[in-house]
Amino acid sequence: MAETWIDLLRLLDGALRLATPLILCAMAGLVSERSGVINIALEGKLLTGAFAAAAAVTLTGSVAVGLAAAVCAATMLSMVHGFACITHRGEQIISGVAINIVAAGLTVVAGNALFRQGGHTPPLAPDDRFPALTLPFAETLAAVPVLGPFWGELVSGHTLPVYLALASVPVIWWLVYRSRFGLRLRAAGELPEAVESAGVSVTVLRYRGLLIAGVLCGIAGAYLSTGHGGGFVREMSAGKGFLALAALIFGRWKPWPVLFACLLFGVLDAAAPRLHGLEVPLLGPVPVALVSVLPYGLTVILLAGFFGRAEAPGALGRPPGRTG
Amino acid sequence: MTPLPRWIDIGLLPAINLLLALVTAGIVVVLIGENPFRVLRVLISGAFSAETLGYTLYYATNVLFTGLAAAVAFQARLFSIGAEGQATLGGLGVGLTCLLLDPTLPPVLVVVIACLAAPVFGAAWALVPGVLQAWRGSHVVITTIMFNFLASGLMVWLLSGPLKEAGRGSPQTRRFAEDAALPYLHDLLGSFGIARSPLNVSIVIALLAAVGVWVLVWRTRFGYALRALGHSREAARYAGIPIRRMIVVTLLISGALAGGMALNEILGVQHKLILNFSAGYGFTGIAVALMGRNHPAGICAASLLFGALFQGGAELNFEFETITTDLVLVIQGLIILFSGALAGMFTPWMTRLVLARAVRDG
Repeated sequence: MAETWIDLLRLLDGALRLATPLILCAMAGLVSERSGVINIALEGKLLTGAFAAAAAVTLTGSVAVGLAAAVCAATMLSMVHGFACITHRGEQIISGVAINIVAAGLTVVAGNALFRQGGHTPPLAPDDRFPALTLPFAETLAAVPVLGPFWGELVSGHTLPVYLALASVPVIWWLVYRSRFGLRLRAAGELPEAVESAGVSVTVLRYRGLLIAGVLCGIAGAYLSTGHGGGFVREMSAGKGFLALAALIFGRWKPWPVLFACLLFGVLDAAAPRLHGLEVPLLGPVPVALVSVLPYGLTVILLAGFFGRAEAPGALGRPPGRTG
Repeated sequence: MTPLPRWIDIGLLPAINLLLALVTAGIVVVLIGENPFRVLRVLISGAFSAETLGYTLYYATNVLFTGLAAAVAFQARLFSIGAEGQATLGGLGVGLTCLLLDPTLPPVLVVVIACLAAPVFGAAWALVPGVLQAWRGSHVVITTIMFNFLASGLMVWLLSGPLKEAGRGSPQTRRFAEDAALPYLHDLLGSFGIARSPLNVSIVIALLAAVGVWVLVWRTRFGYALRALGHSREAARYAGIPIRRMIVVTLLISGALAGGMALNEILGVQHKLILNFSAGYGFTGIAVALMGRNHPAGICAASLLFGALFQGGAELNFEFETITTDLVLVIQGLIILFSGALAGMFTPWMTRLVLARAVRDG
């Protein structure tokens, strides 16, 4: 019994680590999409953040500088995104694709120029990465059955970005649903003309949405290369930005359901390697490759409206004053 | 939408966008500490020498298919970005045809069936996103992204299990039968002294597809409806155009064109099914369609440009220590940014200029 409990906790612990970049990126997507900007550029912003963090840590040896660099880089990219699709009313999808491709190329070009290791940054020593934080009572509670391992294995012992990711959910919830800014933000995403006629600038609101998105993606990127991993590798975001987008839709653009979706995808991700070679009665071995794309399949089914309906913000992808 | 003369819209604006992308990439090169003009010279000489032209055209073939695929969807204002997945499935169509039929049927027949299977499989992968967009209103951008990942998951599973060549470590199928392939141009036209390259007959198929797209979009009732849909969905609805059917058929055509890319890569060059052969060409297709202003003639020109960038970019790795072929990816992204997302940046300015001149000239 205790064995299974520990095993389950380890699985959830792994899931939480894998879900962290998803949570941060999904919250980034939530804020920008609620303001009316489709954010398929999450992937590129995440990747840029990851590179900036690893490069800055390699050059300065400080994770704090790395985190700051990641946030700056991802935010700058977010502003370019905004310049194209808010200021110049360009097609949001096109600018998103452009950002992703520029990020994929530029991170490797810059990496090569700085470190000459085929686009990677040099591997980081454990001291140069985010340290694991031991929460109070982790030691004292260790002897307590059930609760002790729960606190020690699952809740305690993560790096700072993991806790930032978890904290971002209530903060974003409050911001979007309880603040005046959030009310206007949501209105900009549903009916921008109404916001404009009330004398509030949709442009400024959407830029702010993208600004917050950039910051969150930067934190996620820093986690990827200097928390979860130890250095930058080309294409290291590996679709996580898109997976976060799937989680955002799966959670119907609402903070708590989105968190749940991210954790669910994290569990699937953490469980996939354990399913290797496992036989399902009658069906044969588990196709692990298919398990790993299950989130995308589930999202499509949700979009199809087979279990509940995913309602996107009404003016998603549409500059104010343009129909259809 | 704008009263711009055609030569500005299809000639000058894309040229300015390309120039801006190159200048921005040039600034990156300067920051790295290299000479951007030397980089440009390597790019051009690497792409257009007698030995390398075939490679340039081979890369161009890939993006001609995906560019046409993107353009057909864009014409109807459907931002499908599913060409990656659809090309992957096209490859699966080619692979299954060859693996199943090459032991029994004559190679010529296998090749003909494979040439049909690629577009059919590509279109099939666009069917679900199309139907969901048309009947459920699910955003085609999102569903096609998801389908790209589903396609790659499907391939990983197939090539590491059911379709894997027995006794081989890497995820790939067995080679197809010797003659079950599209012939290389250097074999066909060897007497003209063409250098060896991966360039094969699929470039002819791609060019025919470009002509086909032109006829379809500009010379048929269907094409009229398609463009109407792109201009205004409401107007199209009032005109009695069956919107839902149009959406699905447009995406099917787009998927079929994307699937065609597999003819070049799988049936033309690899002669076996491998992972990730779509290698981002689906996304490049978006750049190609935008540069080519969604017109087949423009897309042919833009394909040549991108073919040259890919081939010339490969040369960068040999010529420079600090600059690699990834620079091409940056240029590509910048072209999409400038010609797609920031297209509006110059149009108003250009329109003012043109109108001012028109007023002055009376």
